[in-house]
Amino acid sequence: MRRRMLIAGAALLALPPASARATKPEVAAAIRALTGGAPLRQGRIKLDIPLLVENGNAVALSVTVPEAPPEAARIRSIHIFAESNPNPNVINAFFGPRSGRPGLSTRIRLATSQTMIAVAACADGSFWTDSVELLVTLAACLDEV
Amino acid sequence: MARPLVSIPKSVRRGDIFDIRILIAHPMESGQRRDDSGRAIPREIINRFICTYGGEEVFRAEFFPAIAANPFLTFSVRAVETGMIVMTWTDDLGASQFESAEIIVT
Repeated sequence: MRRRMLIAGAALLALPPASARATKPEVAAAIRALTGGAPLRQGRIKLDIPLLVENGNAVALSVTVPEAPPEAARIRSIHIFAESNPNPNVINAFFGPRSGRPGLSTRIRLATSQTMIAVAACADGSFWTDSVELLVTLAACLDEV
Repeated sequence: MARPLVSIPKSVRRGDIFDIRILIAHPMESGQRRDDSGRAIPREIINRFICTYGGEEVFRAEFFPAIAANPFLTFSVRAVETGMIVMTWTDDLGASQFESAEIIVT
């Protein structure tokens, strides 16, 4: 009995933390390369994208910062990943000191239903994230000409 | 190449934040598609975009094939002084294009 409990405990310890468990290894590696292993916190940025996408060829996406952090922690860059696209990178955006509100909007392609992840890097070395799980009914990328 | 559609205000008050919107005509060939005979169509996308204001970089982006054809981008800038806003982008073939406008700060 005791041995069984030990095994169960070891299995629990071996599980990655909840935030990393959902992320595909390729994307997790890209995010780790970005943060250098610093913790990702929920908040500061908001990823706006429709939850139900009818056409994956052009999906409106925007990232906003509801409350601008103080100057010392200003947002330097925002990185967006689409977990199940052939190439999960979507866009990396960098904001200079003369930038207004950090954030952007654009139109993207989505290969299939998946989780989108946005990561913001702040000047104080902290990293913030937001993610959205969405459904795509007509996929992009793989259509014939 | 066709000229892009750009929206930049003509004049703004000092300290105000204004939006820049740009729509560039470009197929953004993702490299994932095949032609009728099954050959892969090579990737050819705009991969870099930079916006400067009075010579200083305000916004820069790296695009990947997930950016839809005819890329559309919105970002914002803080009005500091009257000056030129210059946006430059480069595609996989190394071809560069730019668009500029003067903004008057009152």
